Amino acid sequence: MVKTFIVGFDGTDACQRAMDFAVACAKHQSATLHLVHVLEWSPYKFMSHDEMRERHERKKQEVASAEKFIEPVVEKMRSAGIEITSEVRYGNPTEIICEIAKKKPDSQIFVGRKGASKLTKLLVGSVGMSLIQSSPVPVTIVP
Amino acid sequence: MHSLLTRIIAFATLLGLSTQSFAQGSGLDETISRIFEPIANPIVNVIFYSVPIAGVQFPLIVGWLVICGLVATLFFKFIQFRGFKHAIDLVRGRYSKPGDAGEVSHFQALTTALSGTVGLGNIAGVAVAVSIGGAGATFWMILAGLLGMASKFTECILGQKYRNELPDGKVSGGPMYYLERGLREERNLGGLGKFFAIVFAICCIGGALGGGNMFQANQAYSQIVNVTGGAESFWVGKGWLFGLLMAVVVGSVIIGGIKSIGRVTEKLIPTMAGIYFIAGMVIIGANIDMVGWAFGEIFRGAFTGEGVVGGVLGALIQGFRRAAFSNEAGIGSAAIAHSAARTSEPVSEGFVALLEPFIDTVVICTMTALVIIISGALLTDLTGVELTSAAYATVLPWFPIVLAVAVVLFALSTMFAWSYYGLKSWTYLVGEGKSKENAYNFVFCLFIIIGASMSLGPVIDFSDSMLFAMAIPNIIGIYLLLPVVKREVNKYWAKIESGEIERVK
Repeated sequence: MVKTFIVGFDGTDACQRAMDFAVACAKHQSATLHLVHVLEWSPYKFMSHDEMRERHERKKQEVASAEKFIEPVVEKMRSAGIEITSEVRYGNPTEIICEIAKKKPDSQIFVGRKGASKLTKLLVGSVGMSLIQSSPVPVTIVP
Repeated sequence: MHSLLTRIIAFATLLGLSTQSFAQGSGLDETISRIFEPIANPIVNVIFYSVPIAGVQFPLIVGWLVICGLVATLFFKFIQFRGFKHAIDLVRGRYSKPGDAGEVSHFQALTTALSGTVGLGNIAGVAVAVSIGGAGATFWMILAGLLGMASKFTECILGQKYRNELPDGKVSGGPMYYLERGLREERNLGGLGKFFAIVFAICCIGGALGGGNMFQANQAYSQIVNVTGGAESFWVGKGWLFGLLMAVVVGSVIIGGIKSIGRVTEKLIPTMAGIYFIAGMVIIGANIDMVGWAFGEIFRGAFTGEGVVGGVLGALIQGFRRAAFSNEAGIGSAAIAHSAARTSEPVSEGFVALLEPFIDTVVICTMTALVIIISGALLTDLTGVELTSAAYATVLPWFPIVLAVAVVLFALSTMFAWSYYGLKSWTYLVGEGKSKENAYNFVFCLFIIIGASMSLGPVIDFSDSMLFAMAIPNIIGIYLLLPVVKREVNKYWAKIESGEIERVK
């Protein structure tokens, strides 16, 4: 069974560190990497008429720019000889990552942690925290 | 940023100047009223053409809306009751596929459309209905709300089916599109369809300026005067100034493009609606022993019409009229709102839309009416938002101030929604383009000042007449396109039953 390392990726330094660590581990354990980029989205957020009208077009643009952003990262890994896949999803980061992990039985999750000030810890750190509580697979938080 | 500011200042000055020119005579407010009324009155007389029934003048247009609801209800075999659970499931996202994330959800489409309808109609409109039509008007209002669910179901499906996708990926839809395309494609009545579409668009611009604007400005102003000291208030006789302030706020969003103001207002609306609802429930809860009596009054009034000018029919006319004004079913505005949401199934949008008259009229309007009846404020000679305010104050003395904030916010959100409906109609007529859009937006802001300056009676008549005028072409279109909707609904239902449209949660 091939192991999959799921890496939450949004381009920040913290995520880059998580990514580097996952790559290092993957080399040892001959695992594949799966990059997940989540665009924050809630179906219960209020929307104005104009936003509603532009939503479909906006979604296309957002997905396109997200793919453009993670494509070079994936290419770089591939040329370094690492097996890697990626996906762009809409939703709540924790829920999406857990959902993906559920479908890949032998997987592990790698996420970064910023935690610079107390406030950012409270806000940004929450993805890592809630993953620890709800993930169906082992989670590695990279500082 | 600098150019934006200059634009806003220029805009405000222009608005100021345009009102200044009226500044002669006894008071600015009276002058504005005097100029506007002769224009409004003939329109009102045509739309509210009444026939005497059993000695009471019955405006035909009110019957027109109710009959549409009745026909749609029977044609779709009481879809508002059969489809209610399905509608709730859709809004809860039980049929939303994971791939739909990032698109407008059913919940968002519903709340956005509601932001245009929940507002002053529920607060001030109900008060007008019960102060003129007595407690019994509430019964007819609820009935009209239930029937309106079927009209809204129909028009929103049509709005979705015949919406127009522009080259830049944005969508435009609404009665003007289904009247034009639907009648051409399905009935081979291209010329008539185009004619109806144009009539609808013109009336919709009028409705946007009337009910979607002047009535809102008028009632917001009235409540501000009320909480800042009544007759001694600084604001007495300064409706034009209040209107100017609101016009600047609305103008900075729709002309200046400052989206953040609009966003803040729209984010506050659900909170305000929540506070209003909870406060209403608290008052009803505090008088729980009187609820039975209040419902008794509502039923008794509905069928005896005691003490109401025009008796039963008088109560009925008021109930129906205010329900239509509040939930806009059959008017066609909701079809414009819902057609902006993208869904692979037009019919599912119809199911979501049928919840609007339910929430708006059956729940919120009934609650307001109960509070007014229970409080005994009905015995005073107050009307409009002042009556609701007085009724709430009997239990929660501080509530008029909260209500004043809520009224201003509701007024703003309704204005934003209607400025959009009016704009869509305007661009349908004259084509898209920044300068064309701003010309409309400028006129829209001007009417805020007119609305705030006038007294309630003429404003309400003009608002009603323009809103109801939209229903004439819209409902004829609905009748002609009913078979199309039926076909779509049957296909959709078959897909649900075969499991092709899957329940995911």
